[in-house]
Amino acid sequence: MDIFLQQIVNGLVQGSIYALVALGYTMVYGIMGLINFAHGEVVMIGTLVTITVAGSLINAGMPVALAGMAGLGASMLICMALGWGLERIAYRPLRNAPRLTPLITAIGMSIVLQNLAMMIWGRNYLTFPPLLPKINFELAGAHFTAIQVFIVVVSGATMAGLLALIYRTKLGMAMRATAQNPAVASLMGVNINRVIAAAFVIGSALGALAGVMVGTYYEIAHYQMGFMLGLKAFTAAVLGGIGNLAGAMLGGVLLGIIEALGAGYIGDLTGGFLGSHYQDIFAFVVLIVVLMFKPSGLFGEKTGDRA
Amino acid sequence: MSKWLNPRSFFGVTLITIALLGLPFVAAMGGQAWVRILDFAILYVFLALGLNIVVGYAGLLDLGYIAFYAVGAYTWALLASPHFGLHLPIWVILPIGAALACIAGVLLGSPTLKLRGDYLAIVTLGFGEIVRIFMNNLNAPVNITNGPQGITLIDPVAFGDFRFSGNTQIFGLTLSGPMKYYYLLVALAILVVIINLRLQNSRIGRAWQAIREDEIAAKAVGINTRNVKLLAFAMGASFGGIAGGVFAAMQGFVSPESFSLMESIMILAMVVLGGMGHIPGVILGAVLLSILPEALRYGVGPIQMALFGKMMVDPESLRMLVFGLALVLVMRFKPAGLWPSPERKRELGEKQAEVKA
Amino acid sequence: MSTNLPTPLLEAKAVAKHFGGVKALRDVSLTIRRGEIYGLIGPNGAGKTTFFNCMTGLYVPDGGGFTFDGAPLVADAPQHAAARGIARTFQNIRLFGNMTALENVMVGRHVRTRAGIVGAMLNTPATRAEEAAIRQRAIELLHYVRIEERADDLAKNLSYGDQRRLEIARALATEPKLLCLDEPAAGMNATETEELRDLIEGIRHDGTTILLIEHDVKLVMGLCDRVAVLDYGALVIEDVPAVVQKDQRVIEAYLGA
Repeated sequence: MDIFLQQIVNGLVQGSIYALVALGYTMVYGIMGLINFAHGEVVMIGTLVTITVAGSLINAGMPVALAGMAGLGASMLICMALGWGLERIAYRPLRNAPRLTPLITAIGMSIVLQNLAMMIWGRNYLTFPPLLPKINFELAGAHFTAIQVFIVVVSGATMAGLLALIYRTKLGMAMRATAQNPAVASLMGVNINRVIAAAFVIGSALGALAGVMVGTYYEIAHYQMGFMLGLKAFTAAVLGGIGNLAGAMLGGVLLGIIEALGAGYIGDLTGGFLGSHYQDIFAFVVLIVVLMFKPSGLFGEKTGDRA
Repeated sequence: MSKWLNPRSFFGVTLITIALLGLPFVAAMGGQAWVRILDFAILYVFLALGLNIVVGYAGLLDLGYIAFYAVGAYTWALLASPHFGLHLPIWVILPIGAALACIAGVLLGSPTLKLRGDYLAIVTLGFGEIVRIFMNNLNAPVNITNGPQGITLIDPVAFGDFRFSGNTQIFGLTLSGPMKYYYLLVALAILVVIINLRLQNSRIGRAWQAIREDEIAAKAVGINTRNVKLLAFAMGASFGGIAGGVFAAMQGFVSPESFSLMESIMILAMVVLGGMGHIPGVILGAVLLSILPEALRYGVGPIQMALFGKMMVDPESLRMLVFGLALVLVMRFKPAGLWPSPERKRELGEKQAEVKA
Repeated sequence: MSTNLPTPLLEAKAVAKHFGGVKALRDVSLTIRRGEIYGLIGPNGAGKTTFFNCMTGLYVPDGGGFTFDGAPLVADAPQHAAARGIARTFQNIRLFGNMTALENVMVGRHVRTRAGIVGAMLNTPATRAEEAAIRQRAIELLHYVRIEERADDLAKNLSYGDQRRLEIARALATEPKLLCLDEPAAGMNATETEELRDLIEGIRHDGTTILLIEHDVKLVMGLCDRVAVLDYGALVIEDVPAVVQKDQRVIEAYLGA
């Protein structure tokens, strides 16, 4: 039983990270129907920037908490600029292009960012500076660390903030209107370019935050780390119903928990035939099964055929 | 048929034939490595044309195409290597590989083909990853795939006593292994070009395009969209399976690393970058994208040395960086691909005119 | 030219369809006889297109059913409706935009031809013969709707009126017993409407029964043998135009009294 609880906790933490990254995918997809494959790389760059900034500040003698805040701030700023630049330079000229064109561009940008990161930070695994104290505590047989609590709380608060932004502000209303129907929204005076740019910038900021969390949690980072993380997060967004913010959040958390439980129990379930290194297949198996029965994802809007 | 008797086409066909026959000898001057690069370019032409049926004709966004290639490759590796001690002949293995890939395609396609575009993309992507993860891990408790180490000492392609590995003397010419594979691959590629052409202007080919254009209207004229899509999926998968078999034989070695998502994406990029649905465009895309990274591998280092006198940046990452930029730039300035079909080009031209107006 | 046989071509019995709480069709029963032009009219949102979509298999009705050509119509998928002999056009034209006009009509032959993938790959004589027949028939149909000179143009580059005609040609290519036209005159000017009228008359004359959904009451009353009126998803009346025109309920439905 304590394995179960422990895996739920681990899954919740991992799932919160997925959810933050998934939001970046889902916002961009909801507004412009684009799978922004480069989003995972934005997260990766967020992690690596924090390592450089916070790491060097700590070495220079700055208090850890302050250095951590500075690192987070710097990585958010850089990622927001990056997201904005991606949209402005790579995607905006392709608004009227055939459907697959921006997808290939996104893949191209992903390759570019990955290799730029490799040039800047090198091929090796980097150690993430310990920004949070290592405090362990135990509750009902499950072990927690302060980092885990921090991740869950901060991502929860951030997502609540995002929902408030989308449902309570003028910008949020413009974003929702554009997602519904860009042509009509623009007739109503919504500046589509600004809305799309905002989706990229906000998504990238969330990505940077997620990047810092990943770094803090796993304590290492690498220029290729964005790929699988992005893939899982995108899977989470689809699982929840892509374009749907709450869906991305729930999809992320759900995916994290399923993975953790799967990894914890697959050995027992298959009589030892399949081991925990099959962890990565859960995301995809669950995705395929869910979409077979709910073709628009768990919380997606039904887009029926219309004559 | 009269088209071929026309003197100009006849001249063109003769020229292309001579060029195709002579190419490996030219490449061999730069070393056998270049012949191998050429081999892979043709193999990618084959793969891209297979995927073109799925993506270009039927409009189904398949990001897990490499999984079928992997099925074909592992089929060959397991049936013709010391791993299980089996050494079956090509006419047994290749059909089995194609059939297994086809079955995999149908298994994946039948529950998922009703999904709309991007959902299908992520599902196929997930399937590709699942296949790769299984190949990586199916070495315990029963060793089937030998895990990450992969399978080695795979038999080369052989017809009777004629083996495609090692040198052969024919008409006073020395043909190396890669050169022989080159001719085999060219023959296969020509076959797939012919099949693509014939399908394009066939009842089924039109049904694919109709589904791509408007699925509801396609249903209304009586097309069983599910079956017809499945057919496209299965066709593409079978081609992937055949290509995988030849790949395994040619390399003599397979491991899960060769079947990453990046490979699927690469093949898709070839199709889109060249000009989706347009055979010459797809061939161009495949040749360019398979040769460009290799050419960069040989070019980037020396150029840096010449310019700066030392290695400024890691050539491996620089070449991938240039490659990524090339993808972005081509899509920016040629959104329908480098060599789109004439109709598509016209359509985009009009679109741009509208925007300007 | 078929004559009025005793069995009707299509019988709808108590067809019902609701979307959530909205009852789009309330037990609609009607009969279409062989060889007639049957009009289905009603104000916006009366359920005309929903009825259409149920009949052609795009929607599954929640109650009731159809008998077509003497056998029940299992309306589970549009492709089956086409195979049974029901062809349709769409209110908002749905052509295969990036295919030529000729190819669009050739696609229409799909359900009446059989060449498979193996035949196509091997380019067998049977496949070639069928392909030639498909092309021949498609050309004839383009000629029939008088857009043969646009055969090699992409469908999306055709004028609005020609697109409507192309859609009809594509539907005719499936050799329908019943041709359903969903507001074919929408957006047409007087001359185009007149030409359309001639085309529809001609199609009926050549033996195809026609179901016409239309907003243009004048066109319907002038063209149709019998007319049914839907209002709020229910059948108001089904009779010859002269009677329908004078019916008080119809006038009220249209005037919204």
